[in-house]
Amino acid sequence: MSSRPASSRPPIYGLMAEFSDPNELIAAIRQARAGGYRRMDAYTPYPIEEVAHELGIHGNHLPKLVLAGGVIGMCAGYALQYWTSVIEYPINVGGRPLNSIISFMPITFETTVLTAAIFAVFGMLALNGLPMPYHPVFNVPRFALASRDRFFLCIEATDPMFDRELTRRFLERLVPRSVAEVEH
Amino acid sequence: MEVVASNVTLDAEHPILRLQRNALIAGVAGLALTAVGFFVTPDQFFRSYLLGFMYWFGIALGSMAILMIHHIAGGAWGAVIRRMLESSIGTIPVLAVLFIPVALGTHHLYEWTHADVVAKDAVLQAKQAYLNVPFFLVRAVLYFVVWFAVASLLRRWSLEQDRELDPRGIVRMELMSRGGLVLYGITVTFAVVDWVMSLEPHWFSTVFGLLLMAGQGLAAFAFCVAVSTVLSRRESVARFFGPAQYHDLGNFMLAFTMIWAYLSFSQLLIIWSGNLPEETAWYFTRSQGGWKVIGYSLIFLHFAVPFAVLLQRKIKRTGSKLALVALWLLFMRFVDLYWLVAPSLHPTSALPHWLDFTAVIGIGGVWLWFFVGRLAQNPVLALNDPSLPEVEA
Repeated sequence: MSSRPASSRPPIYGLMAEFSDPNELIAAIRQARAGGYRRMDAYTPYPIEEVAHELGIHGNHLPKLVLAGGVIGMCAGYALQYWTSVIEYPINVGGRPLNSIISFMPITFETTVLTAAIFAVFGMLALNGLPMPYHPVFNVPRFALASRDRFFLCIEATDPMFDRELTRRFLERLVPRSVAEVEH
Repeated sequence: MEVVASNVTLDAEHPILRLQRNALIAGVAGLALTAVGFFVTPDQFFRSYLLGFMYWFGIALGSMAILMIHHIAGGAWGAVIRRMLESSIGTIPVLAVLFIPVALGTHHLYEWTHADVVAKDAVLQAKQAYLNVPFFLVRAVLYFVVWFAVASLLRRWSLEQDRELDPRGIVRMELMSRGGLVLYGITVTFAVVDWVMSLEPHWFSTVFGLLLMAGQGLAAFAFCVAVSTVLSRRESVARFFGPAQYHDLGNFMLAFTMIWAYLSFSQLLIIWSGNLPEETAWYFTRSQGGWKVIGYSLIFLHFAVPFAVLLQRKIKRTGSKLALVALWLLFMRFVDLYWLVAPSLHPTSALPHWLDFTAVIGIGGVWLWFFVGRLAQNPVLALNDPSLPEVEA
């Protein structure tokens, strides 16, 4: 396989190691980070909190987006009612004030929830890049097992430390079940 | 079936037992001072006493509802606090004794007991078939009998489960809890109508029972979080109270804070929209002077601030931080009850009387003494709870 010099081969997306145990994966991530690698991702059949923790993923901006959506919805919902009941169609209902804060609350609440939910769904899609019709990791045939019982770590070629041969040897020292090159 | 046994008992030096001794001292001192108030200002004595009673009564009854929800729904959150809930409902006989001053003080507390007032008031005359002292007392006895029956059966079966795991025992507790929750809803609604709502006998709100139940649930969860952190001073207990358990309890406090706010607002919205004089009078009193300040502060300090704080994942997963939120909510429960009860009795001044504090501390101290006593009798974690393996995993 390495009969040709490394530089003449087409560039790859990264190198992927396969583990059969989540603890092995977590240990591998820890060692890869200790070894200086930063651009990597892990793939597991079910969510594992520690994996995200070891990868250094600490939250995201989604909560802020949802909060912004909620505040926008709240202001817009209230403004709509204020505009209709106070400015455009001021009708006296049983002597109540035109700007009836209490009776405006249910609709304000609903628009707050609606806008926050819309921001949550579309913000999530915008931040995680879904729907994504193509991703190079699927070029590795064994990657299909990521949705069954195998745990994968992929060190990406964009990492400054990445070197096709050295990184492969590094991954092999972690005793994975297999190491594969991920083609673009 | 696999037997799950994690037999943790309280050692003689456990911090909660020191707390128990201090509670008894505070309780006796508080009740003694409150008793002085009986001779100085009897009207105020009964008002303050009712407030203090309703506060601790709420924690015990809220615990009963939560315990029954756990028996029906399961979950690790309930397995770890089950003994606290059971100890809390074990105080119902104590609460029945503590209710005696309220029963003796009806003439000081309730306008509808005054024959001269009723004689001049057509509405109160119409309500007299329900609002009269003998029937009031009979109902109170009935409530306590129902609560005592449900509580003592659930406690006895739980201790039987400690000794031996029997699948039929689990089913029996679940069936009891289904019926018990219905009984809880009915009896608590009637009880708070009798004891609190009838302070203003012209006023009525159909959501009032649920509103106080939401408050009871919130108080009981907050109380359990606070007790959990004290119990967790020992590693043998602390290993059962991980971040996941506190997270669940924090989410429950968040949910009950929201239910409380939702019901409080529903009541306000409906009465405000209806704009009927017999209903709005209640809010009118509470929107004057100091009561208005307390009312607004409830919106922010009983809802908005705890809501925002309890959204924080990190706070919910840290026992010591969540305990601070719990203590805050326990304090706000007192403020909310004060706002519900006290304006009926002194509408013009929102300032609390010193008896308001001595009564809640006195009743609370004695109540806590009994609570910890019940807790120390048995293993701190209910054995053989089907949800316990989840915790240990």
